[in-house]
Amino acid sequence: MEPILAPESIDLIALAPVLVLSVFAMLVLVLDLWGGRNKTLLVFTSLVGLLMTAISAFAKHPIPAYSFNDSYVVDHLSLFFICIFTISSALAILLSVEYNEREGIRAGEYYALILFCTVGMILLASSTDMVMIFLGIEIVSICLYVLAGIRRNDHRSNEAALKYFLLGAFATGFLLYGMTMVYGSTGSTNLFKIAEFVQNPSAQSNPLLLMGLVLLIIGFGFKVASVPFHMWAPDVYQGAPTPVTAFMSVGPKAAAFAAFFRVFAETFPEMSPSWEMLLSIIAVLSMFVGNLGAIMQTNIKRMLAFSSISHAGYILMAVIAKSSLGSSSLLFYMLSYAFVTFGVFAIVIILGRKGEENLEIKNYSGLAYKHPVIALSMAIFLLSLAGLPPFAGFVAKFYIFSAAIQEGLLTLVIIAVLNSAISLYYYLKVIVFMYMKEQEAEFRISLTPMTLFVVLVGVIGTINLGIFPNAIITLASH
Amino acid sequence: MFLTFITFLPLIGALCLAFMPKENENAIKQTALAIALADFLLSLMLWTNFDDTTHKMQFGLNIPWIEAWGINYHIGMDGISLLLYVMTTFLTMICIIASWDVKKHIREYMMAMLALSTGMLGVFIALDLFMFYVFWEFQLVPMYIIVGVWGGPRRIYASIKFFLFTAVGSLLMLVAIIWIYFHIQQTTGVATADILYITEHLDVSLDASKWLWMAFFLAFAIKVPMFPFHTWLPDAHVEAPTAGSVILAGVLLKMGTYGFLRFNLPFFPQASYEFVPMVAWLSIIGIIYGALVAMVQEDLKKLVAYSSVSHLGFIMLGIFALNPYGIQGALIQNINHGISTSALFLLVGIVYDRRHTRLISEFGGLAKIMPKYTICFMIVALSSIGLPGMNGFVGEFLILLGIFQVNGLWAAFATSGVILAACYILWMFQRVMFLELKNPKNVNLKDMNTREMITIAPLIVLIFWIGLYPKPFMKTFDASVNHLVSRVNPDNFRPHQEKHNDSHGEHAQLMTQTEMASLNHKLQMPKKVLIKE
Repeated sequence: MEPILAPESIDLIALAPVLVLSVFAMLVLVLDLWGGRNKTLLVFTSLVGLLMTAISAFAKHPIPAYSFNDSYVVDHLSLFFICIFTISSALAILLSVEYNEREGIRAGEYYALILFCTVGMILLASSTDMVMIFLGIEIVSICLYVLAGIRRNDHRSNEAALKYFLLGAFATGFLLYGMTMVYGSTGSTNLFKIAEFVQNPSAQSNPLLLMGLVLLIIGFGFKVASVPFHMWAPDVYQGAPTPVTAFMSVGPKAAAFAAFFRVFAETFPEMSPSWEMLLSIIAVLSMFVGNLGAIMQTNIKRMLAFSSISHAGYILMAVIAKSSLGSSSLLFYMLSYAFVTFGVFAIVIILGRKGEENLEIKNYSGLAYKHPVIALSMAIFLLSLAGLPPFAGFVAKFYIFSAAIQEGLLTLVIIAVLNSAISLYYYLKVIVFMYMKEQEAEFRISLTPMTLFVVLVGVIGTINLGIFPNAIITLASH
Repeated sequence: MFLTFITFLPLIGALCLAFMPKENENAIKQTALAIALADFLLSLMLWTNFDDTTHKMQFGLNIPWIEAWGINYHIGMDGISLLLYVMTTFLTMICIIASWDVKKHIREYMMAMLALSTGMLGVFIALDLFMFYVFWEFQLVPMYIIVGVWGGPRRIYASIKFFLFTAVGSLLMLVAIIWIYFHIQQTTGVATADILYITEHLDVSLDASKWLWMAFFLAFAIKVPMFPFHTWLPDAHVEAPTAGSVILAGVLLKMGTYGFLRFNLPFFPQASYEFVPMVAWLSIIGIIYGALVAMVQEDLKKLVAYSSVSHLGFIMLGIFALNPYGIQGALIQNINHGISTSALFLLVGIVYDRRHTRLISEFGGLAKIMPKYTICFMIVALSSIGLPGMNGFVGEFLILLGIFQVNGLWAAFATSGVILAACYILWMFQRVMFLELKNPKNVNLKDMNTREMITIAPLIVLIFWIGLYPKPFMKTFDASVNHLVSRVNPDNFRPHQEKHNDSHGEHAQLMTQTEMASLNHKLQMPKKVLIKE
């Protein structure tokens, strides 16, 4: 019999991380049948799977390598993003172990869903074809709809899932519609071919294409929770289980930004005059609405949701900058944001009690004198989110602002720094409660090893990226 | 390496304190004091090894930090930073002694104090913009904690106001720093944020440099604080614990004036020159406004706080005289204000500890029951007014000398500030120390104890030392000031006048002789008239 040869375009080595992770995710599903109530095996398998994924991502040489008819790419951007994804998924799983036990979430598919979601994220960050981007976004979103509602007995969790699903489906419609229009006007779904096509100045002014771009911005804007497509974020962030909230605000967001960057900064840079203004407005609105909204909040998860909206505004500046400095600053920002966000949410979990209680900011009163180390870690994370040196957030912001200033976006940067000043207010507010108010009620905090480990990873990452960022910057700026 | 060690020693000390048991308060206080004392003595060694014949950076260290961006860990010290650096270690030590009786969370307090010290020291020696910014922001956090945790009733409001004011200013400076970084990269091809390199090679158009100047100005003017950016200062001072006020007045405000000397003047000499009138008038408003507002204060600490606004106006005026006298005066006045105002805050803290009030109307006749206190207060108050023989005189005199060379009117206005200072200080002194001992609560007040004497005595020694023999202090920054002045000298930027002369000359060549003769005739006419009269 003649051996069946794969067509040249099918490159399984390039696809290795996706394949490995899918296999492990299915393995987790199967193992769940025998594991019973003890989920240790599942957690262990998931973590091994993520580790193998990260390793297998480097299997392809040399990069950049294009496969599947140029719809999938292994390049420097996607490799770095795969590392961010695996780290963030691993941290999310570590956070979930004790949280799930406390909240009585027994579903074994929880871990499988996180892994599948990661598969989607990898596809999203590696795709150079709009169909592939759509597939990636859908895989990510569907997993997240389920994860957000996994606390089935809690009405807020249900609300979160339903809201996220309805609005998400709606946004996906916009995205798809935009892709259709771009396809209709350029004749291809492949980003390289589109990029080639729009070199032609006459193609750039095609109203159908412009319309498509606007719809794409709406679709992506929803996925990264930027204003005015952010309405879902506070409710979903509050209602979803805390580890899922942390996961959502890092991994899927980073993946959506990767696709955002590929589509806008790398495919349509020539057309930037037509989308730069629109994205700048969205960025500015995100910063203002995020920061001013966060000031009003009394619930820490809602506050962090608004803060994450404002961060989406800062990160959009990297897309608008669209240079190589833009892409590397995007990478650095997402990595530092991952460490900080998981750290913050780990502390939210430590302070929280069964049934998602004790999440008001005033519950943090006097924490610094009862649990100084926890309070200090929290302060470090908050100051890093606010962008103060010597923490990761400062270097990340410096990086993004640099990219924007290099492109001459001075006004945008000035608005962004003023927003950083506004954001200081609500980050400091938490510190005020922790350090400057008297204790109100007895702390019953759950100092469980896995969660503390995540805090430790967060602190080390935050300080290390803040004081010795050189190695990561070198990696990011290849 | 030595300089790095001295700078980070307090931070290391703070980390050590973190591992000491909370209950052992004495050991904590002693360790903190030992670290601060060691740091001070080591910084004195810097002074003795300091070569005051050159403006070059000394004790330098330059190693790569973030190589990918060309950012280095670059530190060094010249005449402008030396005294401020030593004063920082000195006041940190004094503050730790003065805080001996802090009741609440003593370990955290000492940790914040020591961490703050490292942040401030770093600001004065950083020679890389990125690094400077890191220290500049870093020191905000411990100060914020000190005011917010150990402060008075409105401490939270005051601390957040302090933080936000400073942060807004410095964030715009950050934008300017990034802009300069890329500009240098474009024009010279070197990616660097090195301050010395930028000072040498920064070449921007006047318009751009004015914007950059404004960005730096805002950051430093808020810190100084200049009128009208001063509103955070009275709040922060009033609510801060005594040692917090001392550090705030003694060192933190000096970071602003230091910033002007290190960045605004050398980076943008021409823009600085163009902005002289604005700064001068703002300073004069600050001097007079600060003094007038101080006069009507009922709270002792608020009075001292507003007097700071007034005194810092003097320093700013000295800096922007842009001549050797003015800048030397500003530098020595930096130190003087650090000593006198710190001493005033310490003295106010002493009565506050006993009475838990700072209202002037609550006191009166303290001279009868607290003689030692009254004498100390007298000396410090007179030095704050600028009595000859004391430190304040030297600085104010030099500043007025400098500013007089530039503009007599400004000097006249500034001098009125000295008179007003005498009014509010002496009037306050009279109401607190003299008059009758009416308030029965004051009858049993104890005079200063040994610990309090220890905190005040060195300051009083310095007051007289600088007042009578300022040379050892002055000569440390002579070379640096001369170098700076040669850079920012207004004569470098008076192209208008030269051009005028030139065009006149050209014009003259083109004129016919008859025209010349008639012109001469016209020019001589008034002279004759004058002579006749």
